Amino acid sequence: MNNLLDAFHLTALPAAAEAFRADVKRFLDEHLPAAPDDVRARSWMGFDAEFSRRLAARGWIGLTLPASYGGAGMDAFRRFVLVEELLAAGAPVAAHWIADRQSGPLILRYGTEAQKDFYLPRICAASAFFCIGMSEPDSGSDLASVRTRAVRCDGGWRLTGRKIWTTNAQHCQYMIALVRSSGVPEDRQKGLSQFIVDLSLPGVDVRPIVDLTGDAHFSEVTFDNVFLADDALIGDEGAGWQQVTAELAFERSGPERLYSSVVLLDCWRAQLRRHGANDADLALLGGFATQLATLRCLSIAVTARLAHGESPVVEAALVKDIGTEFEQAIPAQLEAAISADPARTIDPELYRTVAYLSQISPTFSLRGGTREVLRGMIARGLGLR
Amino acid sequence: MFTEAIEAILRDRATPEAIRAIENGGTPASIWNAVEEAGFLELLTPESDGGAGLSLPASAPVFTALGRYAVPVPLAQSIAARALLRGTGVAAPAGMTTLAGACRSGENGALEALQVPFGMTCDHVLANVDGDLLLLDAARAERKPCGVHGSFSGTLSWGINAVPAPLGANGEEVLRFSAAIHAAAIAGAMDRVFAMTLQYCNDRSQFGKSIGKFQAVQHQLSVMAQHVASAGMASELAFSGAGAVPERLATAIAKARTSMAVPLVASTAHALHGAIGVTAEYDLQLYTRRLHEWRMADGSEAFWNRMVGSAVLAQEHGTFADFARTAPCAAA
Repeated sequence: MNNLLDAFHLTALPAAAEAFRADVKRFLDEHLPAAPDDVRARSWMGFDAEFSRRLAARGWIGLTLPASYGGAGMDAFRRFVLVEELLAAGAPVAAHWIADRQSGPLILRYGTEAQKDFYLPRICAASAFFCIGMSEPDSGSDLASVRTRAVRCDGGWRLTGRKIWTTNAQHCQYMIALVRSSGVPEDRQKGLSQFIVDLSLPGVDVRPIVDLTGDAHFSEVTFDNVFLADDALIGDEGAGWQQVTAELAFERSGPERLYSSVVLLDCWRAQLRRHGANDADLALLGGFATQLATLRCLSIAVTARLAHGESPVVEAALVKDIGTEFEQAIPAQLEAAISADPARTIDPELYRTVAYLSQISPTFSLRGGTREVLRGMIARGLGLR
Repeated sequence: MFTEAIEAILRDRATPEAIRAIENGGTPASIWNAVEEAGFLELLTPESDGGAGLSLPASAPVFTALGRYAVPVPLAQSIAARALLRGTGVAAPAGMTTLAGACRSGENGALEALQVPFGMTCDHVLANVDGDLLLLDAARAERKPCGVHGSFSGTLSWGINAVPAPLGANGEEVLRFSAAIHAAAIAGAMDRVFAMTLQYCNDRSQFGKSIGKFQAVQHQLSVMAQHVASAGMASELAFSGAGAVPERLATAIAKARTSMAVPLVASTAHALHGAIGVTAEYDLQLYTRRLHEWRMADGSEAFWNRMVGSAVLAQEHGTFADFARTAPCAAA
């Protein structure tokens, strides 16, 4: 049997993680602001700093970070449960999302004591939100070609360049940016480093970009000779590529790669209950449940590897690729099902929700690595490259 | 341990040559006797009754292995028949017993079992007749082959005098167990088909390099791997329950998801193999023919997804995500 496929076997969530689920559900009953389905469908694109602060007050931001830094010291399984419940409810989690998922674990793993002491408690308190500075106007899938540059100067670095498609940079205090710190673009993966950039520094300009749904969730960030102190460097100088690769395993493996359209399924089910379901509707509804149940088991298998301290980069890529395909298939197939009869009334909220997801769903297989990049990684995992 | 032991026997006996010989009308006696003598029919029988006493989850890799080797006898079905007969007071009959998940009763008391796997070669049929459990003698049936090249399946009919009294009211469990067996078989055969295709893409050279070096081919293999992994995971769900028989919703999810993966996996395997893949001489067809047969056996994804969909609609509390999370663990 191929080693890659052998990674995927049924793994039950530990009982402690399942017990934690009841706490999360209770919290959401109490604290989740009511919102129409098309707003809830935004979920991990939905920015609500107040909700994030409530979650932080409950101790659930930085769930896997050690208690000494303000975290909850819980395992990856419990984080899976928390994330699963937040997304299933369509909670607006964008504010703390990146910090909780990847910036926090990255700082914990590569940061100095001083960096950990400074940033991690702020992340856990929801007073520091992070964004990811990877893509640039000329660097998308070819991430190693980034040209934003940090040049050594007295007491630190001077940062010049531009990042784009940065989610919620306009609302965040910090960005962890992948930039060139030595050599030339032709050096590719060599000479790259990660810096924590305080977005309030002089020379940083953030310009939100409006998307096709009318939202402005991403932005363009320009650095004009921004002075960064020495302690802005995170991890080792020149080790940026390895650090980013490890970070992407966190970014790609979670339930957010399965649940992006799940609010729409609840919304559609409510309509079927009101107006009746035919055999085709039932088969479609059941098919989504069949796929989600299976994908969830694949995702838990990846989580189990994370819980064991591994970095399941290829496995995470495999689940993300098929998971986002599922997320995109939901609005694609529901457009057809909902309008199968032009004389049938469509609930306006359902109509807006399916429209929002149809429009935004192309991004599902862009954010965190395109299909082509992921399939290339899987091929490498299969020994073909 | 059991999986390794049974695989060792299958590697020896269920060779592609042996499968072809039986498909061409040869006797399956040698393979059957080997697995029977090794005690594999009693895999799920409690240790107190002289069996191996495996739990359902522990037996899952064995059922998958039977698919990986395209075992040309109803071994999986005969193992399941023993579990289904337990509690009826009737001992499992000697010889090859297969399962018929759905039968049609005629007006005159006659009975018809449609497209029964191994219907042409079996000795007995354990059948679901409108929810009743019946053990039928295949020697007394009129057998009509399905007519598909190399297939052992056929439609069996019995006159009123050959239809015995029901042994119990657990007939529906026959359909469930049979579907779970086919889900596992699909997962196992896909594992084999994927390994063969990956190997072929490494070996076959065109334009001066192995075709696995071409990005278009790599991406097809990557997508295929995703569906093979999904099918493997789904088939494990069918066998994850604590009971003696696969649970209803877990089986529905397993049979539906594995069946959904069949067209993509089989067609990608053939596309990447080129013309050699569709020849009788090359082994790929031994598995892809079965993938298609097993997708249609006991109801395709259209049947099982409809059942899942009805359950989603009927769910009293919780979200769609709650359903997807809890359904595979729901009892019965």
